[in-house]
Amino acid sequence: MKYIDEFRDKKSVEKIADKIRELNVSAKLMEVCGTHTMAIFQHGIRSLLPEGVKLLSGPGCPVCVTPSSDIDLAIEIANRPDTIITTFGDMMKVPGRRSSLSKEKASGKDIRIVYSPTDALNIAKENKNKNVVFLAVGFETTSPTIASTIKEAADSKVDNFFILDSLKKIPEAMMALLNMGEVEVDGFLCPGHVSVVIGSGPYEFIPRDYGIPCVISGFEPLDIMQSIYMLLLQIKERNPKVEIQYKRAVKPTGNLEALKILFDVFEAGDSTWRGLGKIPGSGLRLKPEYSQFDALKAFDIKADETIEKDECFCGKILRGVKLPTDCKLFSRSCTPENPLGPCMVSSEGTCAAYYKYGRK
Amino acid sequence: MENILLAHGGGGRLTKKLIEEIFISELGNEVLSKLDDSAIFEHEGGKLAFTTDSYVVNPIFFPGGDIGKLAVYGTVNDLSVAGARPLYISLGLIIEEGFPIDELKKIVKSIKEAASFAKVKIVCGDTKVVEKGSADKIFINTSGIGKIISHEISSTKALPGDKVILSGSIGDHGIAVLQARAQIHFKSNIESDCAPLNALVEKMLSSKNSVHAMRDPTRGGLATLLNEIAKSSNVNIFINEEKIPIKEEVRGACELLGLDPLYLANEGKLVAFVDGKTAEGILSRMKKDPNGIDASIIGEAKKGKGTVILKTKIGGERIVDTFSGEQLPRIC
Repeated sequence: MKYIDEFRDKKSVEKIADKIRELNVSAKLMEVCGTHTMAIFQHGIRSLLPEGVKLLSGPGCPVCVTPSSDIDLAIEIANRPDTIITTFGDMMKVPGRRSSLSKEKASGKDIRIVYSPTDALNIAKENKNKNVVFLAVGFETTSPTIASTIKEAADSKVDNFFILDSLKKIPEAMMALLNMGEVEVDGFLCPGHVSVVIGSGPYEFIPRDYGIPCVISGFEPLDIMQSIYMLLLQIKERNPKVEIQYKRAVKPTGNLEALKILFDVFEAGDSTWRGLGKIPGSGLRLKPEYSQFDALKAFDIKADETIEKDECFCGKILRGVKLPTDCKLFSRSCTPENPLGPCMVSSEGTCAAYYKYGRK
Repeated sequence: MENILLAHGGGGRLTKKLIEEIFISELGNEVLSKLDDSAIFEHEGGKLAFTTDSYVVNPIFFPGGDIGKLAVYGTVNDLSVAGARPLYISLGLIIEEGFPIDELKKIVKSIKEAASFAKVKIVCGDTKVVEKGSADKIFINTSGIGKIISHEISSTKALPGDKVILSGSIGDHGIAVLQARAQIHFKSNIESDCAPLNALVEKMLSSKNSVHAMRDPTRGGLATLLNEIAKSSNVNIFINEEKIPIKEEVRGACELLGLDPLYLANEGKLVAFVDGKTAEGILSRMKKDPNGIDASIIGEAKKGKGTVILKTKIGGERIVDTFSGEQLPRIC
């Protein structure tokens, strides 16, 4: 397939694998983004790296870091009369404290899977007598399209469309991880799609203040292998900086138009992350002029954030200082069928991989 | 347009009319046309295979097939991969009140064509009509009887050293059904691979007893089937991504929608674990059948404890796990 096969060429991958071996550097690298985690798994990239190069799966799967309190809110709204919940498909199985959206759907609630927020808005336009709530999860990749959907809803005076806002920002989460204490991450493989929107600037504090190298990577195997090489080279040369490997899509300044739409509608606010707790400034909140689209206000409900599990080791696992097997919950109360922390919710998260494949 | 009424299932005049005008007129044969409570047929001795399956696919018409064709071929294939020659099939329909009779006729016609193409006889049947909302349009159950024409073929019989043969490209049915669903807006030329595999299987079976295990990768796809055989036979299975035929459009759709073709449904493919020494011979016989032209040796079984390992195109290795939950409901 054109424009895909070129980035999955075995010979080119082998060449980079050789160069990585020649560098002879041992390091723990974190792929921040969930799509990288999936690509690394799908192409078997771990098996191509030398023993000393370890990949840690980061917090960048928006579905996985959505706290159970947000799922509970969605379920509470689904229980209201004349309400349609619209959501991306991967939210369906994520557990809340008592139930999940897929269980609620099975019990008869009107919960529909959409591929884009525009589909959700169209459902609202077609069902004037119902309240349609879109579960807004995602990082800076998804949030501009949600912002533009809200603008469209405002322009076309749709008054039965709302979002339940769980939108999050990646750089703030990385900063929070780095500030949580001891960190054993020698380099960050930074997310490609998020960076298409935000550019490379928001990561500059990482090499500057923490001395940790960053490379913004594409998602094909060749992209990821090259980015790993670039990180290891920075580590070897003790020259931490932010580099863009994914040049065909990412500009240092990001996508100014997308950023403008995003910050027309949203502003930074605190946000709760599954397994990590509340991170200041890591969320996107609707600005006052768009607050009529806020489902929390419209349905007059509040998140109960008190019971997020603090025994969960995900924060420590993400920082590379603990292993899943060190966690008291692992494989006892936290399993792929009943996941508690983000590292287990993601099917290829660190804990899920340990559980399923006995990965070391 | 005429629609199915509850009375069509009531056992009275309308039921008789439905049976005679729609079913017997198309599907009638010396056994079925007797309309007795049981079909009675000759049996010359030896082992028999018996299987049953229900079909609830949504939508009922999709590119490359429909629920009727699927119901016949699905049961034909379940018999075939067990080493049986499919002979007789039953046909049970559950129809929702209000279902258009024209669509029923189309389905029955398709069943007739499929049965004649696969050389099986429909020998008994049943029709029920349920209130609107109690079923979604039409559900079909088929059971089938076949005559065993081989030694024992079973998921427990794969051996270390066996080669794994896949009869053609994967994922066609899954994507065809997906694109036929109204809520996903994309178009392609992908058609379901819905096809009978009995002729292909007969070409594969020989006196050498070299086919050890054989299954058709329907729901759950190739990945699920391989995991089941790996566990039942207690072997590890190594497959090579490069050797797995996938159509360009199917790959494209999977890339766009985030689906893994290894887990997509197929309705006209089989996977066989065959003695390593005979694999090439079987492969060349398969390639002579229209349903085996793209057959490929995709890997082999080795000593192990039930793990499936994929060698990726870039030369990496990964474990292929059983899919948990559903990738896509009601695909067959």
